[in-house]
Amino acid sequence: MRKSSVRVLALILGLLMVLPAAGFAAEPVKPRVAIVFDVGGLGDQSFNDAAYVGLMRLKDELGYDVGYVESRTPSDYEPNLTMLAREGYDVIWGIGFLLEDAIRKVAIQYPETKFGIIDSAYSDEEYATSLQNVLGVLFKEHEGSFLMGVLAAETTKTNTVGFIGGIQIPPIERFEAGFKAGVWSVDPNITIITNYTGAFDDPAKGKAATDSMIRRKADVVFHAAGGTGLGMIESAEEQGVWAIGVDSDQHHVAPNTVLNSMIKWVDVGVYEGTLMMLEPDFKAHTMVLGLAEAGVGLAPAESNNASPEATAKALEWAEKIAAGEFVVPEFPSEVSKAVTQK
Amino acid sequence: MTTNKKWWQPLAIPIIAIILGLLIGAVLMLLTGANPIAGYAALLRGSFGSAIDFSETLIYINPLIFTGLSIAVAYSAGLFNIGAEGQIIVGMLASAYAGYAFAGLPRLLHIPITLLFGMGAGALWAAVPGYLKAKFGVHEVVNSIMMNYIALHLSHYLVTGPLQDPKTTLPYSPDIAPTARLWRFLSPFGDHFRVNTGIFIAILAAILVYWLLYKTTTGYEIRAVGFNADSARYAGMDTSSAMAKAMLISGSLAGLAGAVQVMGVQFKFLDLFGFEGFGFDGIAVALVAKNNPFGILASGFLFGTLHRGSQTMQAMAGVPKETIGIVQAVIIFIVAMEGLVQGWIPGLEKITSLFKKKEADV
Amino acid sequence: MVSPQNTPILEMTGITKRFPGVLANDNVNFTLKKGEIHALLGENGAGKSTLMKILYGLYQADSGTIKIDGKLENIREPNDALKLGIGMVHQHFMLIPQFTVVENLVLGSEPKRGGLFMDLNEATKKVLAVSEQYGLAIDPNAKIMNISVGMQQRVEILKALMRGADILVLDEPTAVLTPQEVSELFEVMENLRSLGKSIIFISHKLKEVTAISDMVTVIRRGRTIGSVASSETDVNELARMMVGRDVDLVVQKDPAKPGAEMFKIENLHVPDDRHLPAVSGVSLSVRAGEIVGVAGVDGNGQNELAEAITGMRKATSGKITLNGQDLTNLSSRKVFESKVVHIPADRHRHGLVSDFSVAENVVLRTYYKPPFSEKSVLHWDVIKEEARKLIEEYDVRTPNEDVACSSLSGGNQQKVIIARELSQEPEFIVAAQPTRGLDVGAIEFVHRRLIDARDAGKAVLVFSLELDEILALSDRIAVMYEGEIVGIIDRDEATEEKLGLMMAGVVNHNQKNVAAGGEG
Repeated sequence: MRKSSVRVLALILGLLMVLPAAGFAAEPVKPRVAIVFDVGGLGDQSFNDAAYVGLMRLKDELGYDVGYVESRTPSDYEPNLTMLAREGYDVIWGIGFLLEDAIRKVAIQYPETKFGIIDSAYSDEEYATSLQNVLGVLFKEHEGSFLMGVLAAETTKTNTVGFIGGIQIPPIERFEAGFKAGVWSVDPNITIITNYTGAFDDPAKGKAATDSMIRRKADVVFHAAGGTGLGMIESAEEQGVWAIGVDSDQHHVAPNTVLNSMIKWVDVGVYEGTLMMLEPDFKAHTMVLGLAEAGVGLAPAESNNASPEATAKALEWAEKIAAGEFVVPEFPSEVSKAVTQK
Repeated sequence: MTTNKKWWQPLAIPIIAIILGLLIGAVLMLLTGANPIAGYAALLRGSFGSAIDFSETLIYINPLIFTGLSIAVAYSAGLFNIGAEGQIIVGMLASAYAGYAFAGLPRLLHIPITLLFGMGAGALWAAVPGYLKAKFGVHEVVNSIMMNYIALHLSHYLVTGPLQDPKTTLPYSPDIAPTARLWRFLSPFGDHFRVNTGIFIAILAAILVYWLLYKTTTGYEIRAVGFNADSARYAGMDTSSAMAKAMLISGSLAGLAGAVQVMGVQFKFLDLFGFEGFGFDGIAVALVAKNNPFGILASGFLFGTLHRGSQTMQAMAGVPKETIGIVQAVIIFIVAMEGLVQGWIPGLEKITSLFKKKEADV
Repeated sequence: MVSPQNTPILEMTGITKRFPGVLANDNVNFTLKKGEIHALLGENGAGKSTLMKILYGLYQADSGTIKIDGKLENIREPNDALKLGIGMVHQHFMLIPQFTVVENLVLGSEPKRGGLFMDLNEATKKVLAVSEQYGLAIDPNAKIMNISVGMQQRVEILKALMRGADILVLDEPTAVLTPQEVSELFEVMENLRSLGKSIIFISHKLKEVTAISDMVTVIRRGRTIGSVASSETDVNELARMMVGRDVDLVVQKDPAKPGAEMFKIENLHVPDDRHLPAVSGVSLSVRAGEIVGVAGVDGNGQNELAEAITGMRKATSGKITLNGQDLTNLSSRKVFESKVVHIPADRHRHGLVSDFSVAENVVLRTYYKPPFSEKSVLHWDVIKEEARKLIEEYDVRTPNEDVACSSLSGGNQQKVIIARELSQEPEFIVAAQPTRGLDVGAIEFVHRRLIDARDAGKAVLVFSLELDEILALSDRIAVMYEGEIVGIIDRDEATEEKLGLMMAGVVNHNQKNVAAGGEG
């Protein structure tokens, strides 16, 4: 019996050694694009999933060869980027500012490979010297969040709204700043409850934080907290208050609860950015996507639960911002009730 | 039972568990439309395919050896240190701090001090549940879990505030000084070889833990308390002190995992968005190794390979990384259920009965 | 006594079972008649349990046949045995402590309501019917963890009966019982016999065997030595058959030559785990070269007294001295270092670390001192050497010193403890239940050692629940009742009757104390 199990093991190992050749036969020459996700990973129905949608569009619409890997720990960013570069991918994306350092290190080692990063940027000096193969993509989340603030303020009946952030870092604070400015542009007397949960992947915490906000009378809540936000939507659905989604259209998560979603077209960023990097005369730079560039915005009409008046008001502001007539503050500290009052 | 024991006998169950785990993983891959052979080939190629892959696999194995040892030492005293997760975090924080704050020290001093900072922080973190257990009888598991969350949130506060690198808005601590970095001994072959002397520290730790548990009176006391605290008390041992020592050693080993991670791999503290899992996985490592320090070297190798491999499988063969999570769960399950499994698997009973000496009371 | 019919209900013939290195059963024959209580007698490790595990389908015999009601049967697993009407009550009960009696009894064959939910009423009715039929009164709704060991055993017997057992195997059923519970069990067994059940009674206690069984089959070293009717034999013959030589059931000893008073307890008060008084004002002394026995029904403060003496429990007041040195409330290690050794009542809980090897257990008390360790480093070569020496000297039956103690028989485990404690050159020996669960050969050995220590001028204090043991060993006997010593009498004055009355609290020899209103 023992001998035969050894033989079975040997057989399995043998197969593993011999057969891979078949699995890795050469493909026709199509651009190869891959994504390294941060520790948040797929399944957040938000930011990371939106990037995945962009990747799938490249595969389905253009027939590109695509791949991806979800990192387990922050130490994995570097080896995962390296691994994909060695696998021969032409364009490799890092999704999230957490990969900023890792891309800086790996991009130098693989100058023939193009690297894109969502939500981060490098200095022009770096683009000109060490990072000539890198594209940074930033979104003006504060502009989109401003519109959500307008919708929330027009919808609340209790004059209390809530904001849930993942971790308190500048990219997330932009959501907070825009949202607050938007709310107070409608009515500076509205109370805004803010809570940073400290996690992007903890729906239970999101739920608990939202429960507490609802107890304090909030009836519209907005999040910039990835998977944590799913808990916020769940809580809102259970208790019959409005939730505002983020990053991707979260209407389908709870169709009667999600008022609207601040859509950050990460998929557009990945898709357009990839095409840009594949151009032969690509120059490293930062691509900034705001309302004017349609990089952020409201969810499509069929996903909108806000009243026509509220929606009209938000669209009015959107035009103004896109046209540069109004500049949305980027930092919460810049938002004051007086500044935004019109 | 101990007589006539073949050296490979304790390996029988883990090996069967691994084979079954991989087979179930293969079935899952088939069900999800992936090619299991390509999947496992990616695992092997991604983990051992080249020097750089092997280097990265060792990077993964390294912390698991420390946490496996950490769990094993606590368990020897009958304690369940589920707090290794938090102890790693504070270990990383403390050594990241010592790494940049004491810049200017000579390497020969700076490295040991930075290691000690990590160990001390881990020990301190373990001391809290240890003290509460000894003093008030509060179960160590509950406290350890709470300490994990405290560590996570504390680390987040620190790297977005007091410990944040002033040169960036991102949640990092400053780079540690070169004098606090462990030697990446393959760096002459390329900057991307991150494997470092931490792996030797881990092997040394395993030897030391073995020596401590089996060759010293402290280890003897720890094991006696773990097996039977009442007998230990009868024999005149100070059971609280033995438990406290075990908990402190356990905590410092977990802290060491964090220190080596910072000093050899990250060179700074990177903000965490959740637990990295090295502490929890250490439980699996210790379990499969049956708390034997040398077994932990092997099971740490196994789990490290699986973890690194889960990512290479995803990248190279499109296999969802959860597949490996299930493979790991099956292995742990089978090892934990050893007694039952022996009855379940036809033929296995026969095999193992050959190794078993007669029952005590024939 | 009901005369058993002549048809054998069970015939095991030529049973041989070999384990690696051991011939556990060597051509064993065993015949059980219907309506008979048949004792299977043998030392620990003689092969009784192996034979019964073969009968119950837990082991397969290498050769031999089993006939039930004259029909050849192949028993491959316990289910086969159950179908053939063989029920087994194991030494360690297979009950779920958190479940009630009924829940445990119907486990696996729960009456269902609507095919899904357990019908507890139906189950209770069924259980009560069976318990009444066999005269086994139980409280069906009590949780197992809340009932006594004797009751738990009764539940196990009921379980076997409910599954239709006609042949009941009771594996060392009295080992875990108090004397009262033993007599209750014997009543149950007699009742079952009168209802036509056949019982195999595994034991190594000679008195019990002769008291209850109709037939006795003796097994020694895997072989059948013989079967005799209980009425035609006596304990001495059975002991000889069991051990293979003449055994001193009462170890011969010379009269004590007591010296000066060595050990002294004055007015000691000790609380139990619930902080209630367990020992109330005990005063006692032991002289050099003397064995004092403490008798009493279990739970009258003996354990707490022994633990207080040996530093495992704190006394609230009173004084303990050895050769004038105050030992009161010293730590267990300090007491040990004052040359007091302790054979604890519970060898699994206190005496041994079962998962440790024999060698590791041998130094449980002394590992921290030279020559076994220096500067915190253990000297394994010295430790193993010591272990080999004691294994030899105390005749511990073990393959070697690296074997875990859990794999030794109870008697050999006890020998490890006794070897460890007596080899310390003690002045004073506290031996609590030193022979609990041991067979006659081992009992003789332990008693011999204690008497040798006495003769070497040591003071010995023996706690025992077995009056035979107290009478066999003691030079003076103290009786404990409700935390007090109700009398101290010389061995010559002691009879079982006298001691029994004292143990029951009927006779109090401390009239002086009572009159003075001391401890009343």
